[in-house]
Order: sequence, then C-alpha cells, then structure tokens
Amino acid sequence: MSLVFSGVCSHAPGITGRAERADPSLRDPFYKAFGDMRDALHAARPDALIVIAAEHFANFFMNNMPAYALGMAENYDGPIEDAAWLRIPHRTIRGNPDLSRRLIVEVQQTVDAAYAEEWRFDHGIMVPLHFLDPDNRLTIIPGNINCQGPPLTPLHRAWAFGEALRRAADTVPERIALVCTGGISHWPATPDSGMINVAWDKEFLDRWARQDKDAMLAYSDTETYRDAGQGGFEIRTFVAAAAAARGKGTVHFYAPIPIFAVGCTVATLEIA
Amino acid sequence: MSLYQLSKLLFHLNRDEDLKQKFRRAPQAAIAPFELSEEERRAVLEPDIGLLYVLGVNGQILMHFAAFSGVEWSDYLQRMRDGVKRHGPVRAGIYAMLSDVDEKVAGS
Repeated sequence: MSLVFSGVCSHAPGITGRAERADPSLRDPFYKAFGDMRDALHAARPDALIVIAAEHFANFFMNNMPAYALGMAENYDGPIEDAAWLRIPHRTIRGNPDLSRRLIVEVQQTVDAAYAEEWRFDHGIMVPLHFLDPDNRLTIIPGNINCQGPPLTPLHRAWAFGEALRRAADTVPERIALVCTGGISHWPATPDSGMINVAWDKEFLDRWARQDKDAMLAYSDTETYRDAGQGGFEIRTFVAAAAAARGKGTVHFYAPIPIFAVGCTVATLEIA
Repeated sequence: MSLYQLSKLLFHLNRDEDLKQKFRRAPQAAIAPFELSEEERRAVLEPDIGLLYVLGVNGQILMHFAAFSGVEWSDYLQRMRDGVKRHGPVRAGIYAMLSDVDEKVAGS
C-alpha cells in the first residue's frame, strides 16, 4: 500500500547491556522517547517493519561483503551476542519471505541489493526491536548497509537505496514501516568509546531534519572518520531513511550518553 | 601480517557455537585452519586483547571476543589502552585510538 512510518534510532549495545551505568536523568528520557516511537510505530498499523541496520560482522564478512542486503527468510533469530552481555533474551522473529521477495524485486530496479535467506540479528537490530517491538508482534524484514568494512558504499548510493525502499514500499499492497538505525558520531568498541562530537551530530541532524539532501551527502568519508569516527559511517542509514520518507524530520531525543558510546537519538520523519 | 585471517577466525568464533566449544577444549587445534603469524597466534591464545587491538582487529569483532574471554567492558577498554602502551599505535584498520593512553573517555 505505502510507507506508513519512518524513523531513525540508535542501537549501541550499551543501551541495554550497560543500562545501570548511565545517568538516569538522560537514560530515562531516552527510553521514554523509544517508548513514544514504539507507540507511534504500532499506531501506524504496519504489516511489516523494515529495519535497516549497519551490521557488525554477525552475518556478513569481508569474504563477500554486500553494500546492501535485505532479508528474505521465514524467521530470523537474535541476538547473536551473548544474551546476558546484551541483556536482551534470545528470540525468534517472524519474517515474510514472499513480501521480502516482492520488495527486493522492486529495490533491484535501481539498487543491486543482495538478499539473504539466513540472517541472525546482532545488537544493531535487536536493541531497536527490544524497545520498538518488546512483545515480538511485528513481521520484520531486515536490511543492511555495509558501514564497517571499507570500501563503503557512497552516501549518494545510500540515498538511492532509500529511494528504492520507498518505491518498493509503495508498490506492495501491505502497510510498510521503516526504521533505520545507526550512530551519528561515535568511536565504538575502541578505547575512545564514549567520545561523542556533539556539534557534529547536531549539524548532521539539522541537515537531516531539513531534508537538505546536498548537505547530507556532502560529507566525505575522510571527513567523517576524522570528525565523527568509524561509527560516523553509519549516517548512511539515516540518509536512507530521509530519502525514503521525503518529509521533514523531528528529533524527539538527542543526548550524548558516554557509557552507551553514542549520541543517543530517536527521531521520526514525515512521509511526504 | 594476516589481519584478514585473524579477523576471520574471531568472526567465526563469535558466531559459531561448535567452534567456541572446540576453542575452549583445544584452542591450538581450533585455530589451526587459519593462517596466522606467530604474534597473532599468541595474541589469540593468551588472549592479549591489547595486542589484537593493535594488530588492527575491528572493534566490532574484538569486543565480542573480549566478552567471550570473560573480559568486562571497562577492563576491555583498559586492555586496549594498555596494548597501545605496550605495543605501540594501532597498525591497521579503522579502529585506531585518538585519545591519550591514560584518558578514560567513557568515565571508567
């Protein structure tokens, strides 16, 4: 039928795994923003939720790394990480291979997305689902943009991928929701974990919320690496969400929470 | 230098329960199929998290190997700092350290 919801959020494993170590005055409003996003998402009555993540070597490795991939399985499972470490219980997540196939066929008209009939979710998808679908009710279609193993897909292709997802969502009769998840600036899993470039994040979010495509695509990877760390490469997921939604963004929550290793973000986009 | 092989070993170890069990039981045999340098082999077997970091293992792979090895989060960050102190700057990859070796960016 159409795209009925579009948003972005953070997914860092510390958000759940190191919850008690965060400042409650920041953590609790962040969790509440996730809760509000959950309510808005479910109110949109999606038949399926596409989650576009920036996978971290749970399924894809440098032996055969797709720039873009979409899941096409009956079921998925996660988290692949130790459930006690991530503090998210293991679960099986319902997919819809027929819907996946129809979406992929349309996406591939313009973007050569790989497909995967096996996919184990890591924190990149499980942390968002923990907040956005705690009762495991939704049908999920996972997607991935390689933001980890350079060479990385250019930002303008991430935009094209978002456009393709929108076209695909509008082509199928089902109601499709889209959540894209990534960090903005961060240096995850390094000794610099906790470093966050707030000014850079705010500038990026401003460009993103205004739907300023040229400004959003203007970052070179060299600049992003310098100013926003290797985690900053994940802006590709935000770029894809903006391209898919076409409407202005609203940032419901942004705050740097160092023990979560990222400027924690919850934002939605108008579907235009 | 066979960072690709080293990363591949840790990638499989992170996701393959059988390999995890084999590694616990007979670590030398478990890593034998991977073409590692002596330094890399030593770093995995010890395990020397700091050296693995300096060798260039992507943090998204390394943090899970650290957890698998029973290394808690703050200790993981410290071991990487100690690794840079002992072995010098990160030699490859995109996970180099920017802060001072004694700086605790996350507060702990």
